[in-house]
Amino acid sequence: MVLCFMLSDRVAAPPVIALRAIEKWYGTRDRPVHALSATDLDVGAGELLVLLGPSGCGKTTLLRMIGGLIAPTSGHLSIVGRSLWARGERQSDALADLGMVFQDANLFPWLSIEDNISLPLELKGMSATARRTKAHDLMKLVGISGFEKRWPRELSGGMRQRAAIARALSYDPKILLMDEPFGALDAMTRDAMNLELQRLFLTTEKSIVLVTHSIAEAVFLADRIVLLSPRPGRIDQIITVPFARPRTLELQATAEFQSIVLGLRQRLTEIS
Amino acid sequence: MAEAPSDAAFTGRPAPQRRSWLAGREATIPWITTPLLLAVLVAIWHSYVRVSGISPFILPGPGAVLSDWIDLIQSRRAWFHAGMTVYATLVGFFWAALIGVVLGVLIARIRWLELTLNPFIVATQVIPKVALVPLFVVWFGFGITSKVIVAGVLAFFPILTNTVLGVKSIDEGHRDVMTALNASRWQIFRRLELPSALPYILTGFEVGIVLAIIGAVVGEYLGGNQGLGHLLIQSMNGFETSQMFAVLIQMSLIGFAFYFSIGLLKRLLIPWHATGGA
Repeated sequence: MVLCFMLSDRVAAPPVIALRAIEKWYGTRDRPVHALSATDLDVGAGELLVLLGPSGCGKTTLLRMIGGLIAPTSGHLSIVGRSLWARGERQSDALADLGMVFQDANLFPWLSIEDNISLPLELKGMSATARRTKAHDLMKLVGISGFEKRWPRELSGGMRQRAAIARALSYDPKILLMDEPFGALDAMTRDAMNLELQRLFLTTEKSIVLVTHSIAEAVFLADRIVLLSPRPGRIDQIITVPFARPRTLELQATAEFQSIVLGLRQRLTEIS
Repeated sequence: MAEAPSDAAFTGRPAPQRRSWLAGREATIPWITTPLLLAVLVAIWHSYVRVSGISPFILPGPGAVLSDWIDLIQSRRAWFHAGMTVYATLVGFFWAALIGVVLGVLIARIRWLELTLNPFIVATQVIPKVALVPLFVVWFGFGITSKVIVAGVLAFFPILTNTVLGVKSIDEGHRDVMTALNASRWQIFRRLELPSALPYILTGFEVGIVLAIIGAVVGEYLGGNQGLGHLLIQSMNGFETSQMFAVLIQMSLIGFAFYFSIGLLKRLLIPWHATGGA
């Protein structure tokens, strides 16, 4: 009952990300590369959407366009109802709803962990005391309390990535964009981070778009998986993952989980 | 293990009996070995002068040099000369640092400027700049100005090239972070480019300050009647070899002081960096 209500609620709410005929060409006029053919996509409020596909399918290009790091060649892109691009300029009000996490933590080595996390707040002109309070709360949220004054190089890869997530959450954006955030981590840490991300997703009510090339990670995390195929990049299919949350690592051993993974793997082999 | 000691390298197991005496003492060992080695060298020098009976005009003994150096640091005139050398070095270095960093940042950021200036920078790198000193004397006279300019010109290029390198080697991922956060151009410069390039710039300073001293001293060799370089030439003309040594010691001490000042600056400004110490 509750689930049905939530689902209908989700469908009724306007999408937080809306792509209309978004297309991307790279390269020179003589040798253009079609990175992404005209794509329509909606991401619902409170949804965890995973972009999955072989390399060269344009999944990172797509994510970086949503994040405003690269401009689409044509099409319209809106974030929580506001256009991200207008007259060739990025719109800062739309950007304020986006937080980005990259494959590398990209922490600044000259800032302490605390200062790295509160860097976005500093850029927005928040006072030092307010920043510190906020940074401590965030560090508690992502589970790295006690490392406030450490340099990034003193932390493990997983902890650095937690700090990067805290940084992206610092200004409370509605949407978190994650580009293979756990791709550089070892398998054990990766499992832990997947559980951690799910916990954050359930407690913070963010919408998340996550790029990965790991099928198991996609199925474990996603509400919906967007499967992209290459040359040119385009949406091949969209799969809804039915498992209830919170999901546990044991879920990965179930037959239903395995069959979704297998189906995706076969399709990936066909298209890549 | 016992029959195959090379195993340690493959299993990653430490070989304590072979390396342990160095472990944890790497920082303290130079404090013992450096004075020791210095004492040995001075002893060799001393006994060579004693045994060979070499003329003190060619090689004075360490005792004579020491007493001349003590005379030097007690003489107001010598401190005036040292002061002039320090002044020329610092003023030259200051302008080299200012112009080098500003021009370096501009060259690294403005592509057409880099393309325009690069051939000239490479050309001026190749020119032996010390050879230009007589020209500077002709242009700027025998006064302090020509020394300052020589010091500045020598210090300028390592600072410039290191700044360019520093600004250019900013991590693309770090740039992405600032772009995603909608940082302004000034914020990107102040919060990313400057701190990122700082270790490179300070390395440029480290090389530059030493070259500035060389520039000042060479400038003093060639003209004027001030500075340690002048004092050295004066000692040479008077066949006061032990005083030459004393002046050389004084120059080296000033050089050390400058070099360690930059090291201190590194500790203060880039404690996060591997070269910035703890």
